[in-house]
Amino acid sequence: MYVAVKGGEKAIDAAHAWLAEERRGDTSVAELSIAQIREQLALAVNRVMAEGSLYDPDLAALAIKQARGDLIEAIFLIRAYRTTLPRFGATLPVETAEMACDRRISATFKDAPGGQVLGPTFDYTHRLLDFKLAAEGEAPVAPTREASQEATPHITTFLKQEGVIQTEVDQGDTPRDLTREPLELPADRALRLQSLTRGDEGFVLGMAYSTQRGYARNHAFVGELRIGTCAVEMEIPELGFAIEVGELELTECETVNQFTGSKTEPPQFTRGYGLVFGQSERKSISMALVDRALRWEELGEDNMGAPARDAEFVLYHADNIQATGFLEHIKLPHYVDFQSELELVRKLRAEAEENLASAAANTVPEAAE
Amino acid sequence: MSQNIPQLSPQEAQRKAWMGLLAKAPEAQLIALWGERPDPEHEVLRAPELGSTMVRGRIGATGNAFNLGEMTLTRCSVQLSGGAVGHAYVQGRSKEKARIAALVDALMQTDAEDEIRAEILSPLAATQQADKAARAAKAAATKVDFFTMARGED
Repeated sequence: MYVAVKGGEKAIDAAHAWLAEERRGDTSVAELSIAQIREQLALAVNRVMAEGSLYDPDLAALAIKQARGDLIEAIFLIRAYRTTLPRFGATLPVETAEMACDRRISATFKDAPGGQVLGPTFDYTHRLLDFKLAAEGEAPVAPTREASQEATPHITTFLKQEGVIQTEVDQGDTPRDLTREPLELPADRALRLQSLTRGDEGFVLGMAYSTQRGYARNHAFVGELRIGTCAVEMEIPELGFAIEVGELELTECETVNQFTGSKTEPPQFTRGYGLVFGQSERKSISMALVDRALRWEELGEDNMGAPARDAEFVLYHADNIQATGFLEHIKLPHYVDFQSELELVRKLRAEAEENLASAAANTVPEAAE
Repeated sequence: MSQNIPQLSPQEAQRKAWMGLLAKAPEAQLIALWGERPDPEHEVLRAPELGSTMVRGRIGATGNAFNLGEMTLTRCSVQLSGGAVGHAYVQGRSKEKARIAALVDALMQTDAEDEIRAEILSPLAATQQADKAARAAKAAATKVDFFTMARGED
């Protein structure tokens, strides 16, 4: 039975007005601008773009402000906005080999062409709170050095030359799109990657960590991690050729994993792949590890009962907007549902009490002996 | 880029280059460079429209495409009274940027070509080149120079 209940409009309006006031906080403190969030909380902006699945730093910054810094709420706002946009088409696949790299490291080859470029990293910082940031100071300036014109080829190309790594070939397939049709299993690798790249960072990290701890033995090396900007091209129907329609900051991770071979494949290295909007290093490494774990079937490996190898478990729980929507709906009024449960429990208790009473009445009193 | 893209004529290649510059241009810079210029006489074929495009990546950087996520995009088309048709597909949500980009694309097909290139496209190219070079120089400063520690067993 569904009973519509009216009421609460005034309370809701007042709650939202208070939310707006609380969002602003102490008015003697300067208000945050969208530009400040975009420039100074860039990694939060990146996360909202990646999981909101829409690259637009200003919109992501606005969402963070509106959501009072609750990133999942901000991602929700972006996802909702995204559905209002007409889609003009799809781009050509981004060529990450041509990325202008801010950062590029390899854990497998020390002297790779292009070198080990650290970029603006938290690595090697001491993780001690820097109280200088609590005071206003001069804007820091990064040192520069003449950039070499040397290309930065993907690390895996070296392994490819030797033939010891599985190659990835473009068969020209049009990828399935989970924003257009519900996610259905079995999910091919392209669909899994779409799900992972917009999946919750914490969830994907946890799944990846589980593979390292032994739930699916995929000992992974970070073959390469690169962060930088890539131009994106799209075919323009009015022109009949592709033009660059923009430039994105991306993080790419390729893991290199041991593979002992199968009936059809010789022993070689296999790969896990992560590609995420923005500077999103933890997420892209996690994505690559989970991608590799989910490939167990096509590589003829044993499932081992590992959660990270269970595509249904991983893909159906990776989306934080689906998850939070279902989770949080239980706090909304369920008065009628609960009323019926309450009546059921009362009835069951009444029956149980009646049974006890009649059982007691039927018992032969032995205590009198 | 991709191998299956047909060869472009020199005119198409040039147009591709300037449309790319316009697409990536910061809104404020393009508006400033357009300045107080009066709009050329034109008809709007498609009013500036906000939308998105699905950005694709490649599995393992070289394999099949997959859907990475969308990006915002604004498009606009105009026709000058002389007949030249200008199109714009620009990153972001600025209708004014798209409108100016479409006018610039159309003007580049007219006698105004040299003036537009000098006053708008060249400065855009210079800025984008300088930004890229500045980041590359900072990245270069973070490149690791390995040295081997001498191990004494002499």
